[in-house]
Amino acid sequence: MTTATTGTRTTGHAVGTAHTRVEGRDKVTGAARYAGEIPFTELAFGWFALSTAARGRVRSVESDAVLEMPGVLAVLHHGNAPRVDIDYVGMLGMPPDPTAAVFQHDRVPHAGWPVALVVAATSEQAREAAEALVVHYEEEPHDVTFAAGSEHPDAYSIPGPGGPGVTGKGDLEAELAASAVVLDAEYSTPEEHHNPMEPHAATARWDGGRLEVVDSNQGTLWVADELAKMFSLDPAAVRVRSEHVGGGFGSKGLRAHQVAAVMAATVLSRPVRVVMTRRQMFSLAGYRSPTNQRVRLGADAEGRLRALEHSSLSVTSTVHEFIESGAGPARVMYDAPAHHTANRVVRLDVPTPTFMRAPGEAPGSFALESALDELAEKCGIDPIELRVRNEPALGPVSGLPFSSRNLPACFREGARRFGWADRDPRPGLRRDGRWLLGTGTAAASFFAGAMPSTAAATAESDGTFTVRINAADIGTGARTALTLVAADALQVPTDRVRVRIGDSDLGPAMIAGGSMGTRSWAWAVTAAAEELRERLALSDAVPPEGITVRSDTTAAVGALTQKERHSFGAQFAEVAVDVATGEVRVRRMLGVFAAGKIVNPLTARGQFTGGMIWGISMALHEEAVRDRNTGAHYGADLAGYHVATHADVPLVEADWVDDPDPDDPVGIKGIGEIGIVGAAAAVANAVWHATGVRHRSLPIRPDRVLEAGVRA
Amino acid sequence: MATASPSTYSAVTLNINGEKHTLTVDHRTTLLDALRERLDLTGTKKGCDQGQCGACTVLLDKRRAVACLQLAVAAEGREITTIEGVAEGDRLHPVQQAFLDLDGYQCGYCTPGQICSAVAVIEEHAAGWPSAVTDDVRPEAGPPPLTPEEIRERMSGNLCRCGAYVSIVQAVARAAENDARTGRTAEAAQDAHDAQGTQGAQGAQGAQGANHEGAAA
Repeated sequence: MTTATTGTRTTGHAVGTAHTRVEGRDKVTGAARYAGEIPFTELAFGWFALSTAARGRVRSVESDAVLEMPGVLAVLHHGNAPRVDIDYVGMLGMPPDPTAAVFQHDRVPHAGWPVALVVAATSEQAREAAEALVVHYEEEPHDVTFAAGSEHPDAYSIPGPGGPGVTGKGDLEAELAASAVVLDAEYSTPEEHHNPMEPHAATARWDGGRLEVVDSNQGTLWVADELAKMFSLDPAAVRVRSEHVGGGFGSKGLRAHQVAAVMAATVLSRPVRVVMTRRQMFSLAGYRSPTNQRVRLGADAEGRLRALEHSSLSVTSTVHEFIESGAGPARVMYDAPAHHTANRVVRLDVPTPTFMRAPGEAPGSFALESALDELAEKCGIDPIELRVRNEPALGPVSGLPFSSRNLPACFREGARRFGWADRDPRPGLRRDGRWLLGTGTAAASFFAGAMPSTAAATAESDGTFTVRINAADIGTGARTALTLVAADALQVPTDRVRVRIGDSDLGPAMIAGGSMGTRSWAWAVTAAAEELRERLALSDAVPPEGITVRSDTTAAVGALTQKERHSFGAQFAEVAVDVATGEVRVRRMLGVFAAGKIVNPLTARGQFTGGMIWGISMALHEEAVRDRNTGAHYGADLAGYHVATHADVPLVEADWVDDPDPDDPVGIKGIGEIGIVGAAAAVANAVWHATGVRHRSLPIRPDRVLEAGVRA
Repeated sequence: MATASPSTYSAVTLNINGEKHTLTVDHRTTLLDALRERLDLTGTKKGCDQGQCGACTVLLDKRRAVACLQLAVAAEGREITTIEGVAEGDRLHPVQQAFLDLDGYQCGYCTPGQICSAVAVIEEHAAGWPSAVTDDVRPEAGPPPLTPEEIRERMSGNLCRCGAYVSIVQAVARAAENDARTGRTAEAAQDAHDAQGTQGAQGAQGAQGANHEGAAA
């Protein structure tokens, strides 16, 4: 049990000491206000009407009848909505997903496409009117079927978050032919949805020529920048605030609700709030593409890889390219004389997928780490030993050295704590009543990077300090972590530091994404706070307006040398499989990570275990299913789309080995995503150990377990 | 609501956290929307508006209910407790304190619902209510040990997408343990204690279990 503090009197040791969340009291009393909870005078409510057609065009929006309904103020659609510009590149270096630029044309590229926004004086009126709104479509044949197999005639390769589309070296077929042991297997993962507990919500209003948006997002300047470009506004004329965010997981960037709210506030000259319903989120909030992956491995008799091929196929929409780079992990994890990876995408009449916690790595590690387990079985080598034997000296694709690579240390510590040494590798032998028991392991990695950010640190005249940085705390504990970082840099107790975040007026900073938020922000906070401390040492007194120092890490981050920079981890799971019902239950889970300096052990543990629980959920529960006839989902809600709940989650433990990043001022690497990487593979490998049957398609549903049976 | 038609609006008096609020509501207004949009009690969260996630859990006459499936007009006469009414002034409820101390949350959006649910779980358990994982459900058996498994089962109507389940269960166990030790329990729970005598100790054992249950084989 971690002993946590709520404010320390000693100085210089806040980083590394468990600290309860600085906003914790507000969160447990209900005082913390999220985006849809800020009151405004004359607030109007917008409600989306989404397309029921899966492809075609809108023939007419019958708004007249709806405009007669009580309280209805406007119906925005492609025929009357303000025009916006989407011919730009956003802050993240990507063009906008046209899905967010609502009501610009009559084309319908997928079911659930926004066709109108009904605005009314109350949410009840808006909802009823939106549901009553009749829209006529000219329907065209659609295709939403992501057929089995990692090949598709229309698939093509594009670069993604995980790097280039295709990499390759060595003669794959020759090395496979020369291998003592060969594995060739296909894996699949389904469409998965972020489902943050707080639905996307934005309120827009014009305040004396300035656009103000209260929103729930992962980066206020990211959203402000896109809105300014879309609506052709001076960037200084747009302010986006996002103080508390009820989860994001990659889904909370620029989305249709902010744009629609700005349009409605502009047309009506009053504040307008647009909140997605849970069901609408399944079409509007992005999702993780399903993947079909093929892994081919060839090894010598000692398990050393001679050939590695990983190809991953995912889907995107017809209006925007996003690729789920499932083949990415292979570029970091394992080397071979013949090493080939490919990420390909195929366009279907579906919504555009997006970043979802560990994009690429989560599904990719399921395939790759399952394949390693299968190879270990074929070679008769312990799965941990197999991975240790294949530790690369340099980046398999880049040829660059690793900044640090403590994967073996994670496996050693994890194996000791989990009791791995006593494991009988043979499958299907352990029974507990009607349950078959098994254990499994998998490796994890995630890119560790930093992005330029700015911060301001102010010494107030009352002896306290205010740190301003445009960070986003989407539940990661960033606000608290930055408080600890600032306190140490200032050499003061944490209770003298307050951190202000979540406001685009605070200036440029990294978004909460890519496991890079806290590291990037902490760098800027450290730079500002350290310089402030030096300044204070030279001054006699703090003037009433305080002393402020600003930092910008652009140069320092840009000076980082090219290296393979990653966090690593070892995942362990024990499962029980009921062969009569097909039910799989995770009995215990342990993850040991090498993920840089851990700023706040209390909240960091939650980041790791939260990710691991996503892994359980991914392995056993989550799956969005499309009806090929309507092109829309079956059961697009939390009853139809299962996420792990209390009863699905045993004691999940996470710990870490010492692994400070030598090139970061605080030693941070980033921990938001690595917890899910490899977690589903560990569960699936444990299911094999329990039953003797490989499950290569997620989720491992009861029907799949029953159909596959037991092979002891 | 000046233009409100009398047939679709009604005046209701809601008893929330010991205070009476009289307001005119659209008959379609859920208790959840009345709290959030009309009374500025935004601590109760809207996660799905369909009774599937538990984020809007409040206590109606001390029992758990999802406010999104309750019409405001039907809540008249009920004793409604929201997250804003759980603490006693500045003193946090033991469940709130345990969530804070043990980090039983991340983004915080499911938290008010989890806390309201946990407050009721502890009382339901102390009053002897069995759950789906209770082995001995005979009334005379009394409350089962409040093991992590019992807590998980009883809390499963409250989703947490951040996956803070491990620390939530620990927080509920700690609060239940403190609750049993200080005797800060509902009347029903007190009756059960008086009748059985040993539940407090059993509850404490369950809570210990949450701390000691290890991942090592």
